[in-house]
Amino acid sequence: MDYTFHWRPVFRKLPDLLQAGLVTMEVAILAMLAGVVLGLILALVRMSGMRSITWFAVGWIELARNTPALLQLFFFGFGLGAFGIHLSPFLIVLCGLSFNNAGYLAETFRGGFNAVPPTQVKAARSLGMTATQTYLRIIIPQVLRVVYHPMTNQMVWSVLMSSLAMLVGYRELAGETQFLASKTYRIFEFFLATAIIYYVIVKLIIGGSRLLSWRLFRY
Amino acid sequence: MIEIKAVKKSFGDLKVLNGIDLTVDKGEVISVIGASGSGKSTMLYCINALEPIDSGQIVVDGVDVHNKSTDVNKLRRNIGMVFQQWNSFPHLTTLENVALSPRIVLGKSRAEAREIARSQLEHVGLGDKLDVYPSRMSGGQQQRLAIARALAMEPNYMLFDEVTSALDPELVGEVLDTLRLLSDEGMTMLVVTHEIGFARDVSDRVAFFHEGIIEELGPPAQVIEHPQSVHTQKFLANVR
Repeated sequence: MDYTFHWRPVFRKLPDLLQAGLVTMEVAILAMLAGVVLGLILALVRMSGMRSITWFAVGWIELARNTPALLQLFFFGFGLGAFGIHLSPFLIVLCGLSFNNAGYLAETFRGGFNAVPPTQVKAARSLGMTATQTYLRIIIPQVLRVVYHPMTNQMVWSVLMSSLAMLVGYRELAGETQFLASKTYRIFEFFLATAIIYYVIVKLIIGGSRLLSWRLFRY
Repeated sequence: MIEIKAVKKSFGDLKVLNGIDLTVDKGEVISVIGASGSGKSTMLYCINALEPIDSGQIVVDGVDVHNKSTDVNKLRRNIGMVFQQWNSFPHLTTLENVALSPRIVLGKSRAEAREIARSQLEHVGLGDKLDVYPSRMSGGQQQRLAIARALAMEPNYMLFDEVTSALDPELVGEVLDTLRLLSDEGMTMLVVTHEIGFARDVSDRVAFFHEGIIEELGPPAQVIEHPQSVHTQKFLANVR
């Protein structure tokens, strides 16, 4: 054990690391937004019971949840590449993460919809509300409460999973760290600093989510 | 006036309504009694088009409920309904629960809707619970909330679907008192119930359901005190 720590290179490159942290946040948030929209569509398609389209949603959900996220990323990189479709590293990461998020969130949303008793719909309709009003005013707010914490978890997962991006050549936080570490040979120091940055990002997300939940859910 | 004419309805092979004829006049209170599965609740659901019918006709104030061109949302404004499971909206306060539909369905202003909600909640004795969420209230209070919520639409008719069946025994009284109050005020009511005492004291007429038909219909003194049909006699002997 005669490894001597050298922190100066890390401090000198700290702005680069923080910048890369923002890139991580950006791609994770975009993938989350896409995941929410796609996941909602998948959940609705799966619940529709129309066999001609449910197989597509079920297939997507099964693949996203039961295969490694890394292989899903590779599919959008090397997989599509084999067919001559070459996405930029950013798009590979965004597509891979969105695909994965959508699969998990679809099941979260389905659970959320199932948690609201169908009699709530009857009660709202009996008051003369239209189907749209019933969904917007009565059902969605209740679903949102059920799916809120699982969604926060998925957002955290989206940030952490985005570190896989370094394996398809995208320079987000993990990729940037890899790049700087191999340039300076201060591997342990750089990855420790990066671990701390990931930790802080995740804590910020969880803290922000908790604050928002206090505002949103008073009951 | 609600006119139910030769209404039939099946769930798959199960015939739930097997030719129902009933006319509810303005200001009348009709109690509907009978065994579980005899079609009582289904009939209520058909009156405000929450369930479709297979044949026959239901006419409310001259409007054919199950005609394809009928605007059911408009129709339902005129028919309040209260359920066995009170179905309060858990994400809204008591006041918001009641004020929501006057605002978004009837298009009242926010202030107007809140005023309607406040007076209806006072009406059912919940004037001190305006800013409470339903989860903090007892079943009886939530059921009265559901009644106030339906009344806020100023309906001409109220349908009650076993509104005391899911309540703890000590809470039944407060809900029945609210129903009595409405009856005294002249509300037209169709009350599906297992509370025979209530049916006897409050209703103008009692309808006894048996296997999808109205087997006996008349004033409580007749149907409850001197039932003619064997089924009615058996049913009343069992619930007493």
